[in-house]
Amino acid sequence: MSGIVAFGAYVPRTRLPLAMIQGRRPKEDGPEKAVAYYDEDAVTMAVAAALDCLRGCDRSRVDAVYFASTSYELREKQGAAVVAKALDLRRDVLTSDHAGSLRAGTLALEAALHAVKAGAVRTALVLASDCRMGAPRGALEAKLGDGAAAFLVGDANPIAVFEGSAARADELQDQWRIDGERFTHTWEDRFVVQEGVEPNLVAVLRALFEKLGRKPGDYARAALYAHDARSQATVAKQAGIARERLQDPLIGRLGNTGCAYAPMLLVAALEQARPGERVLCASYGDGAHALSFETTAALEKLEPRLGVAGHLARRRSLGSYDAYLRSRHLDPQEWEGGADLGLSATVRFRERDADIGFVGARCSACGQIHLPRPRVCIRCRAKDRWEPARLSDKRGRVLSYTFDYFFPAAEPPTIVVMTEVEGCRVQVQLANATPDAVRLDLPVEYVFRKIHDAGGKANYFWKASPLEQGAPA
Amino acid sequence: MKPDAIRDKVAVIGVGCCQFGENWDRSREDMIVDAVYEAYADAGIEDPQRQIEAIFAGAVYPREGSGEVADALRLYGKPITMLMDYCQTGTDAFRCGVFSVACGLYDTVLVLGFDKPKDRGVSGPSVNFDRVRGLPATPAGWFSLCAARYFERFGAGREDLAKIAVKNHHNGTLAPKSMLKREITVEDVLSARIISWPFGLYDCAAQSDGAAAAIITRADLAKRVRHDAVLVKGVTVATAPHPQRDPDFDFLAWKPTLYAAEDAYRQAGITEPFRQLDVVQLHDCFTLTELLSYEDLGLCKKGEAKEHVASGTFELTGELPVNTDGGLKTFGHPTGATGVRMIYENVLQLRGQAGPRQVKNASLALSHNIGGAPQTCGIAILGMS
Repeated sequence: MSGIVAFGAYVPRTRLPLAMIQGRRPKEDGPEKAVAYYDEDAVTMAVAAALDCLRGCDRSRVDAVYFASTSYELREKQGAAVVAKALDLRRDVLTSDHAGSLRAGTLALEAALHAVKAGAVRTALVLASDCRMGAPRGALEAKLGDGAAAFLVGDANPIAVFEGSAARADELQDQWRIDGERFTHTWEDRFVVQEGVEPNLVAVLRALFEKLGRKPGDYARAALYAHDARSQATVAKQAGIARERLQDPLIGRLGNTGCAYAPMLLVAALEQARPGERVLCASYGDGAHALSFETTAALEKLEPRLGVAGHLARRRSLGSYDAYLRSRHLDPQEWEGGADLGLSATVRFRERDADIGFVGARCSACGQIHLPRPRVCIRCRAKDRWEPARLSDKRGRVLSYTFDYFFPAAEPPTIVVMTEVEGCRVQVQLANATPDAVRLDLPVEYVFRKIHDAGGKANYFWKASPLEQGAPA
Repeated sequence: MKPDAIRDKVAVIGVGCCQFGENWDRSREDMIVDAVYEAYADAGIEDPQRQIEAIFAGAVYPREGSGEVADALRLYGKPITMLMDYCQTGTDAFRCGVFSVACGLYDTVLVLGFDKPKDRGVSGPSVNFDRVRGLPATPAGWFSLCAARYFERFGAGREDLAKIAVKNHHNGTLAPKSMLKREITVEDVLSARIISWPFGLYDCAAQSDGAAAAIITRADLAKRVRHDAVLVKGVTVATAPHPQRDPDFDFLAWKPTLYAAEDAYRQAGITEPFRQLDVVQLHDCFTLTELLSYEDLGLCKKGEAKEHVASGTFELTGELPVNTDGGLKTFGHPTGATGVRMIYENVLQLRGQAGPRQVKNASLALSHNIGGAPQTCGIAILGMS
């Protein structure tokens, strides 16, 4: 028996009020979309969703990472491996990337469910993360949002048992992006809806019901990919799913998060579900894909997490459309980066424990923690007596701070904080905060972020983020 | 170091300094020659190829090694030591020169500091992207990290820092070779654009081009050259943990200065620095660095610096004038040259040649550099008699 053991999600807190795209003043509670900030990408969002999902879980149990994204930057060099390092997972973890289709998220989930069911791995982490871009002020820009979903798949004590799936392949050029392009293309909208989204989703839902011997009414919740609200309603109606069973597609709040969209709606459904409910999830892209789950009593024992709802509630509007362009690196620069080799690969290799894993070293002689690991202890001068000390899941506090107006940032200043975590000093940037929120002794947690694009690729490290009251442990 | 290993054994017999500033039309060679030939003249050196036995040179930006100095000065067949220890470079070049004379290796050596940051095409330090940890990595960012906690602990603020900038701008107007010669007000400082909070533009030293030189010799030989040779009372360098990684760093004092001051005062036999010292050049890369350094050097008690700023203790007319030539703030901060420029100013002060900024009856003078984040500090104490 395989199923979902835990889930998590991530929605960047930066939001673009859609009115700003047209240069209009945004209204309170007007439609908006979630925007990966200038220091976020598919990898950092996947890590954040994974950390949300892994609350209370023993990370050393994770045997596999399935990372799905259509917007992960590198065509050669695995995203799942970066995520696994950032999460400080075991070295023998099976990592694989899933890409190329908006269905990549649910397909990765299905692959993990089968791998667990077959006994190939016991626990798999499935991540779907996307930050696709529509051209500035183009047709897609207002529709696309950014976010990530995470599922821990296992065979022991699932919160939702996997019942089965149905798939359908189709060939039409409705949405696509060619290698090297930044913006997703789309064909005329009615073509996409009438020949792509609606017939494929309806067909795959009917196939699922038939395969599992279910009626639409058996499902308490349906997490359906939504090209837009109207087409989602049409799909539901034709498939026989009652409107009140439809999971809110979060249009005007989140936006279409690509291959993470249906998985995020599934997370949102599981957040609201009670034990013993049937939940379905259906995604679209080059065909369609539907999965069926039944929740169990274990759902009620799951530790609190932010999930989709918690992350959506944490929001900050961008101040202007220009700030959006800067936050997505869409503003022209005097010096375009990427012409150089960037960070030394050998330095990056040697320092990956500290830089990617945020793993320091504890002196076995005196207990002092260092980041990065030195050879000789600063406290007791013991030599080479280290054990790894993961700091990414620890909380710290701000010892001092400054606001730097020179470091490139979407909205200067960059907040720099000296933090103390487990007795170790780490100087980092402060994410998710404006200068007025900074104070001495501010409690913080750590988040994985992109620091810069030297060498034309994302270079990651951790930042501090103010710990919010009532945040789950 | 052994307390009596250096005191009164080495003398400065000549100093020189080129015009500091954004010397667009002057090369490193131009500035080195200007500073060194002035020092030659001051020391009565007529045949440097014969009289200068070794050179200790410090520079942060060049990567051309000792040959650049040899070729600029046409001094060949001599050992040239090139040093780099960030902002502390100049004092360390002086220290190595002093030690070489004190231990009898040479009779007369040249100490040189120079730098030309304005050939780099950036205004101020460039943004560093060769790593991901510890960014942004700018000196303003490093030194400003003390501010929040120091301000909270001792009730100081940007206004206190501003008064230091105003003082150093005033002093700079009185130094012919300084870069900036403009009086400013507290309001100017507070309303300037922020570089790295709490530092606005006027809280930051003026990055400039420049070179400075000193010629040192055995104290017994110095008397034959000039009656007003200045004696080295003590010189030291000390290192402390990187403040961003030191688990015990308290953001209230820079440890390198504490360590170096203890040793320098012991060498010079100073027990009450505020009372005994007559003039001080200290490392004012940022106004807060000057504020903390008053305390770290023991010129006042920890936490009391702002009261001394308010009462004018460290102004030219105060009890202990500090940064009499405008300091890094307005004389300029060509990184490798700064420590030697301070020696130049202190020698002029001790000889009574500092013109309108002269401190009366100055007979004991201290100069102080801190370097890096900071991890290092160099201190030189000079005196008459």
